[in-house]
Amino acid sequence: MAYSEEVLDHYENPRNVGKMDDKDQQVGTGMVGAPACGDVMRLQIKVSDEGVIEDAKFKTYGCGSAIASSSLVTEWVKGMTLDQAADLKNTQISEELALPPVKIHCSVLAEDAIKAAIADYRKKNG
Amino acid sequence: MKLPIYLDYSATTPMDPRVAEKMTECLTLEGNFGNPASRSHLFGWKAEEAVETARRQVADLVNCDPREIVWTSGATESDNLAIKGVAHFYSKKGKHIITSKIEHKAVLDTCRQLEREGFEVTYLDPQPNGIVTPESVAEALREDTILVSIMHVNNEIGVINDIEAIGELTRANKVLFHVDAAQSAGKINIDLERLKVDLMSFSAHKVYGPKGIGALYVRRKPRVRLEAQMHGGGHERGMRSGTLATHQIVGMGEAFAIAKAEMHEENKRLLKLRQRLWDGVQDLEQVFCNGDFDQRVASNINVSFNFVEGESLLMALKDLAVSSGSACTSASLEPSYVLRALGMNDELAHSSIRFSFGRFTTEEDVDFAIDKIRTAVSKLRELSPLWDMYKDGVDLDKVEWVSH
Repeated sequence: MAYSEEVLDHYENPRNVGKMDDKDQQVGTGMVGAPACGDVMRLQIKVSDEGVIEDAKFKTYGCGSAIASSSLVTEWVKGMTLDQAADLKNTQISEELALPPVKIHCSVLAEDAIKAAIADYRKKNG
Repeated sequence: MKLPIYLDYSATTPMDPRVAEKMTECLTLEGNFGNPASRSHLFGWKAEEAVETARRQVADLVNCDPREIVWTSGATESDNLAIKGVAHFYSKKGKHIITSKIEHKAVLDTCRQLEREGFEVTYLDPQPNGIVTPESVAEALREDTILVSIMHVNNEIGVINDIEAIGELTRANKVLFHVDAAQSAGKINIDLERLKVDLMSFSAHKVYGPKGIGALYVRRKPRVRLEAQMHGGGHERGMRSGTLATHQIVGMGEAFAIAKAEMHEENKRLLKLRQRLWDGVQDLEQVFCNGDFDQRVASNINVSFNFVEGESLLMALKDLAVSSGSACTSASLEPSYVLRALGMNDELAHSSIRFSFGRFTTEEDVDFAIDKIRTAVSKLRELSPLWDMYKDGVDLDKVEWVSH
């Protein structure tokens, strides 16, 4: 199947690959998906005292579209407030990456991942 | 080096130039273009002669009588004709069929269709090494069983079934035995005089012949009856009507003749290439060969690279033409039904790649592939949260995943 240039770019040069200490009070971690389904995303955010996302990291097991979706989200959320990041919609991701219908679930997963990371951070910081 | 490198010979093979040459001689006015069924002139006689020569070439490879070979459009049609043909002809005798869960779709979907028509089908589980045992067949046999259909070599994992032992069983129980040999003909010895196989499907394009042509072996002694699935001019002794495609048939005959002459030398070379690939990747940690390592054809190795998802691996291996056991692109997100039937966990099934070698694969091709695989697997593992967890000693089976 043909991949869009955007997907290929993120796949070849994924942004913000890495891992943060999930015990850090400033870090929120979201892990979504399941190996059985063929994709697992771990997305982490580091939040400043002002509630702004300073840094984001990801690791993804999945197809090229899943890797690209998570890579793109880490780029976007940097500098956003938690509320702004929580408003991200999967349709924005799938549009930006020109995902075909069979790959929409990758963008849904990326949206779930950022929401899970925010929820984790909020839970930690009550 | 021409990229991408073709390592998908189990899917199809390029035609051998010697085959292509023979075929082109059967097309134009100057060539052997006649209708083999034309009895009234030289054009027909010459075409018929070419078809019968090819029939003998196919029969020679598998040691049977040429009169037992029926031309079809390919192994899919052969499977359909064998299974439906037997089921429909012998339905008064019984309505039970035995096959396995890892057969080709041409067999499985045909069986599904027969189920809709009122037949009952038992789908046997293979062992974890991919082999369907004669014991499992014996256990499934019933009074009303009319047919057993088991593939000789599996298309995904390349393992070889013991069709000799299964044939002894079916013959002793007066049950017909069909074997899909699309992946074994020209790769391993087949002796139909010795084997108690009643029907066998062949394909030309897996053996460096053209696409669109195949054959079905139909045993004469003891005689096997079939109900035709294609009706018309009564070609092929009424079993398969339709004007014979002389050029395709000549191509298949030539391809099978070459296979007979060169198979043994070729296998030695392929075995070395396969070992070279395996030696080049197996130290990557968490790399597994799917299906029995030894009881398989020389041209195939199916490998799982744990914690790396198959489709992304294929993307990274864009310079290699290989296929993945993970069918993520089909929107089903289902990993290969063959690998699942072996009892493999989903992660491993999603991480599998089939490499298949052939006549035109070189050592350089394999070395290039090894290099690409090592780079891709390392890169994708760096990206994989599962690899992190594995390295941290987390038991992935105990994690509660948020399925979607």
